[in-house]
Amino acid sequence: MSRSIDIKLRVNGEDVSATVPARLNLVDFLREELCLTGSHVGCEHGVCGACTLTVDGDTVRGCLMLAAQANGKEIMTIEGLADSGQSTALQAAFTKRNALQCGFCTPGMLASAIGYVNAGGAPDRDAIRQHISGNYCRCTGYQSIVEAVCDVIEESRT
Amino acid sequence: MKAPDFDYLRPSSLDAALAILAEYNGEAMPLAGGQSLMPMMNFRVTAPEALVDLADLTELRGITVDADIVRIGAMTRYAELMLDSTVQAHIPLIGMALPHIAHDAVRNRGTIGGSLALADPAAEMPALMLALDASIEVVGPDGTRMIKADDFFLGMFETALVDELITAIHVPVAMPAQRFGFHELTQRHGDYALAGVAIAKTDDSYRTAFFGVADRATRVPELEAALTRQDDMKAVLTHLNQIGFTDDLKANHTTRQRLAGVALTRALKGMTL
Amino acid sequence: MTGPAHIFDKPNRYIGKPEPRADAARLLQGRGCFVDDQKLPRMVHAAFVRSPHAHAKILSIGTEDARASTGVIAIYTGADLAEHVTPYVGTLTHMAGLRSAPQHPLAMDVARWQGEPVVMIVATSRALAEDACELVDVDYGELPAAVDSEKALDANTPVIHPEFGSNLAWERDVVAGDIDAAFAAPGVHVVKREFRFGRHTGVTLESRGTLCDYDPSEDQLTVYYSGQAPHMMQAIFSKHLGLPEENVRVISNDVGGSFGIKIHTYGDEIATAAAAKLLRRPVKFIADRFESFVTDIHARDHIVKAKMGITEAGTIVGIDFDDLTGIGPFSMYPRTSAIECNQVLNLTGAPYVFENYRAKGRVVFQNKTLMCQYRAVGHPIAMTIADGLLEDAARKIGMDPVALRELNLMADDSYPRTSATGMKLDDLSHKRALRKLTKIMDYQGLRADQSEVRKDGVYRGIGFVSMVEVTNPSPMFYGIGGAPIASQDGATVRLDAGGALHVSSSITEQGQGTNAILAQIAAGVFGVDLNRVKVTTGDTATTPYGGGTWASRGAGIGGEAMLLAAQALKDQVLEVAGVMLQTGVEKLDIRQGAVTDLEGNERLTLADLARTVYYRGNELPNDLNPELIATRHYRVTDFPFVFTNGAMAAHVEVDTATGFVKVLHFWAVEDCGRVINPLLVDEQIRGGVVQGIGGALYEECHYSPDGQFLNATMADYMVPMASEMPDITIAHIETPTKTSVLGAKGAGEAGTGGAPAAILNAVNDALSPMGASIWQMPMTPERILTVLDAAEQTAD
Repeated sequence: MSRSIDIKLRVNGEDVSATVPARLNLVDFLREELCLTGSHVGCEHGVCGACTLTVDGDTVRGCLMLAAQANGKEIMTIEGLADSGQSTALQAAFTKRNALQCGFCTPGMLASAIGYVNAGGAPDRDAIRQHISGNYCRCTGYQSIVEAVCDVIEESRT
Repeated sequence: MKAPDFDYLRPSSLDAALAILAEYNGEAMPLAGGQSLMPMMNFRVTAPEALVDLADLTELRGITVDADIVRIGAMTRYAELMLDSTVQAHIPLIGMALPHIAHDAVRNRGTIGGSLALADPAAEMPALMLALDASIEVVGPDGTRMIKADDFFLGMFETALVDELITAIHVPVAMPAQRFGFHELTQRHGDYALAGVAIAKTDDSYRTAFFGVADRATRVPELEAALTRQDDMKAVLTHLNQIGFTDDLKANHTTRQRLAGVALTRALKGMTL
Repeated sequence: MTGPAHIFDKPNRYIGKPEPRADAARLLQGRGCFVDDQKLPRMVHAAFVRSPHAHAKILSIGTEDARASTGVIAIYTGADLAEHVTPYVGTLTHMAGLRSAPQHPLAMDVARWQGEPVVMIVATSRALAEDACELVDVDYGELPAAVDSEKALDANTPVIHPEFGSNLAWERDVVAGDIDAAFAAPGVHVVKREFRFGRHTGVTLESRGTLCDYDPSEDQLTVYYSGQAPHMMQAIFSKHLGLPEENVRVISNDVGGSFGIKIHTYGDEIATAAAAKLLRRPVKFIADRFESFVTDIHARDHIVKAKMGITEAGTIVGIDFDDLTGIGPFSMYPRTSAIECNQVLNLTGAPYVFENYRAKGRVVFQNKTLMCQYRAVGHPIAMTIADGLLEDAARKIGMDPVALRELNLMADDSYPRTSATGMKLDDLSHKRALRKLTKIMDYQGLRADQSEVRKDGVYRGIGFVSMVEVTNPSPMFYGIGGAPIASQDGATVRLDAGGALHVSSSITEQGQGTNAILAQIAAGVFGVDLNRVKVTTGDTATTPYGGGTWASRGAGIGGEAMLLAAQALKDQVLEVAGVMLQTGVEKLDIRQGAVTDLEGNERLTLADLARTVYYRGNELPNDLNPELIATRHYRVTDFPFVFTNGAMAAHVEVDTATGFVKVLHFWAVEDCGRVINPLLVDEQIRGGVVQGIGGALYEECHYSPDGQFLNATMADYMVPMASEMPDITIAHIETPTKTSVLGAKGAGEAGTGGAPAAILNAVNDALSPMGASIWQMPMTPERILTVLDAAEQTAD
C-alpha cells in the first residue's frame, strides 16, 4: 500500500514506470532497478557527492531523494550525458588532463561540472573549485579537474 | 545504511497533510527537502512510521511581497531563494548567507521551512530569521498562528511548533536605513560553521544572531546594546559570556567563544553600505 | 643490471610520453565495473551486527526474531563460521618478536573493538538484512578498554590478550654510532620535540566490498574483489576456507580508490566468502560508510619524542627518538601492523649524512580499529621527525633551512651508500632536487613576500622536506617472513592474428594508470600503435602470478616484466620475419605495426606475419617453431628496496586570529627514475600531496576514553575538498635505477610521504615571529590557537 509506491518518470530520455519500496532512494533505484550503475554511492548521508545526478535540470544528491519523490521528474545520469553527447567536451577535457583516476567520483563530478558549464560559469579557478567543493575526490587532488573544466569553458568561448 | 521502512504519503492539500499527521499521532514526520531528514533515516537514528511529503502543497510555495513584508512559502528551496528577484531586492542578507550553506545539490532540495523546523544549532537559516526579526507562520489542528523568530527556537533541535507545520516565513522588507552583515568561520567551504553571525542594523540598533556556537541560534541583547552605544570591541565581546558555548571535537567552548568574536568583528567590518 | 642500450638510446615512441589513459573513456561514460555494479543470479546480501563496545564479552546472541524477519536467508555467529574458516595470525617471521592472537572473521567470545563484526545476516536485500540486524539480541558484558597508547603498558591498563602478559605487540631498537657522546660534544645544539600524529584513515570513495560466488559442482570460489593484490587474496581464501588454491579465482575490475586500505584481510569479507560457500550462491557485501570508518584500517597513530643534535656550523650529528604507536587489538593479517613503525625506524633521516642514530619503536595493542599499511606507510612520520627537527634546529642556530639541507644532504655522486639507519641507497638526487625546487618556487621571491606582508600582520610561512620513498620492494619486504605475498611480477605479451598485442600482467589497476603504462611499455618496446594494445590485469585465472600493486612497485616491477616480455616477443617475431624475408634479423625492426628495415621502410605487416604463422604454417620451414607469445617475470635482487627521492615545499598563510591555515601553493620535485607517463606521475603526486595535507591539517579519528570512534561520518571526519586545496607545481628529475632495464622506480606514494612535513614546517615558519611552534597533527585551528596563546604567555 503506502510502503510500495507507483512512479512514472523519465530517465535519460526514456519513460520509466516502476513500483518501488517507499524507502528506496533515487540512486539505489537507478542502480538496482534500472541497472544504471554509472551513478555511485559513497556515503549515504549527502556529503561526499558521489551520487550527484541531475533531476529536472538541477543537481541533487541521489542518496537523499526517495525514488518516490522522483515521480513526474526528468532524471539525467552520467550514461545519459554520454549517450546524448552533452558530456562529450568534458569527457575529452577530463581525458586530456587526467582529471580522473579510479573514476568513482567522476559521475558526480561531471554532473556538478556540467551544471557550472551550462550556467555559463567563468573560467575562474577559485569559482570552479568552490563549485565542485561538494564532490569528494581522493585520487586527483582536484587540480586536474579544475584544469579540465577551465579548458571546456575557454574552448567554448573561442 | 539503508533507511528503515515507512509509509510514504503525498497529500495534495495542507488540510490533508495535517489530517495524516494527526492520524499517525506523532509517529509521522513531514518530509520537506529531506537533506537533513534522510541522513538521519539512513543512519537509523530516526525511524518514523510514515513520511508525509509536502512537495505537492501549493499553499507552501510562492514568494510574495505585501506592503513591507515578504512572504516566503515554507517549501521554497534554498536555490529558489538565491535566484528569486523579490528576495534579492528586499532581503539582501539571505543572498549573503546562502552561498555558504552546503553545496548546490543540497541547496536545490533543501527548504527554508525544513531548516527552521529542524532548528539545527549550526544552521544559518535560524540565525538569519533572528537577525531579520522574521515571523514564522504555522498551521496546526487549532488553526494558524504567527510565531516571532525570537520565540521560535527553544533549544537544540527544539522549536515552538506543537503538532504544527510551518507554512510561510514573513520577513520585513529591507529598509534604506538598514545595513547587513554576515560572516561564518568554516575550515571547509560549505561545512557547518565553527562560529558564525548574521547581523541586521536598523539605524543604530543591532540584531546579531550567532550560530554554530550554542544549542541554538542566539542573540545577546546586552551585546547588541553595546554595539549601539559604540563601546569598543573588547567591551562588546565580553558580552559573549552570556552564550553557553558548546564543546565538540572541533573546538571547545573557549575556542568557540573566541571564534564567535572574530566572526562578529569580521561581519561588522564587511557590512553592506 | 643495466639495460641494453638500444631500448632507450633513441627516444621511445611511448615511454616518457603523457599519453591519455584508454580506461578513462568508459569511466567517463558511466561504464565502469565496480564490485557493487555486479549482479549475479540468486545473489543475496550481507550485513553485520557489530560490537558497539570497544571491549566486551559476548555473553549470548539471540537470533530468533532476526530469523523470522522478512527476506532472511541465513544468520552466522563467530562459532558458526569457526567450523568453516581457520583463524589467521598477523605475524611474520622477519618481524622478530611480533606477536598477535589468532583472529576470526566474526568475534568469538570477546569483541575487541567498536565495529568488530559479531553476527552476519544474509538476506535478499541489504535493507532487509539491516532490518534483521536490528532484531538480533546480543548480550554484552562490557570490559574496561585499553584506549590510551601512552598508558598501554601501565600495570593497571587492561591487557587485551592476557596470554601475552602485556599490550606490547612489538618493539625494536636501532642503534648506530654513539648518540649520547655525539649530543654531549661541545658546541652541539640539541633540539628536542614531542611529535603527535593523529590516527587517520584512507576514506576511499568506493567503500570496501566483495562479491563471492561458490559453485559446488566444481568446488570453485570466485571473488570479485575491490583491492590491490588478487593473488595474495587467492592464497588467503584458499588457506582459510580449505579450498585448493587453483579453485579460487579472484577478479579485480574497477577499484574506486584503495591506497593500501584494500590490501588487508577483513573479517567481513572472509565471512562473505564463507557464506557463499555455505549457501552455494553469490553473496555480496558492501561496507557502508560507517562500517568503513570503523573497520577500514587506520594508520599513523604515533607519539614520538625526538631529538636532533646539530653543530653551531649546521652539521647534523645525530637523531634520537622514541616512537610509540597504538594499533588495534590484533596485528593485521598478513602484512602485520608493525611495518609502519619499522619504516619509521628505518627511514628517519635517510636523506642526510650523519653517523649517530638511536631509534626505539614500540607497537602496542589498543581496543580500537585495526591499523596497518596506508599510502606512504610510515614515511609521513619519518620525514616529519627529521625535517621538522631540522628546521627547528635551523631556527635555533639562525641558518636558512635550505642552506642547512645543502650542508647535510647526501651528495648526488656519493652513491651507492648506506644510511645511518642501515638502508642501502643508490641513484638518488637530493641536492639536484632541492636546487630545482628553490628555483621553480622562486624561493627568494617568497621570502621577500613573507617579510613584506608580515608588516601588515599577515603571517605566511615556507616549509620544506627532503625525502626518500621506498619503492619496488624485493622479497625482503614480506616474502622472506612467510607471507603469501609475491615480490615478483610477470607479464605476457601475445601477438594476435590481426596484428594487435594482447598483454596481461600480475600488477593491478586502481586508477593510477597501471593498464596505461603497461600498454605504453608494450607498444613502445615492441613496435605497435598504442591503440592496438589490449590489457588484462586483475584476474588470477588469466594473468601471470604476481604481487599486485602496492608499495609503489607497479611501474618498476610490473613495468620491467612487461618490457622484458615485449622485448622477448620482438626477438621472436623478428626471428620469424627474418626467415620469411630471408634477411638477417639485425637488419630488421618493428615499427607502427610492421616489420621494417632499419630506415623504417615497411617489409611485412605484423598481421601478415601473424596470419602466416597461425593459418598458413605450411609456408614456413618445418624446423621453425614460431612463438608469438612471450612471458617474463622480474624481481628486484640488488637491494631490499629501490628508493626514490623528492624535495617539496609548502607556502601557507596562518590566520592568527582563528588558527585557520590556508595552503597557498605546493611544489614537488620528484625523482622516480625513468618516467613512463609524466601525466600519470604528476597526478599521482598531486593526489598524494592532497592526501598528505589531509593528515597535516584535517583528518583525525577521535576516540572517547572508552574507545568509541566519535567522528565516523563524512560530515565529522574532514577530508580535503576542492576549495581549500592549492595548485601543485611539479617538476621531474630522472635518475634511472640500475636495478632494471626500464629504470623506473615508484611514484605513487611520495606526495603523501612528504607533504605533511612540508606543511608542518611551513606553519612553524609562519608562527616563528610569535615564538610559537606546533608539533601535533592535524594542525587544527584550536591547536594553533593554543600554541599561539602559550607563546604569548611565555613572552609576557
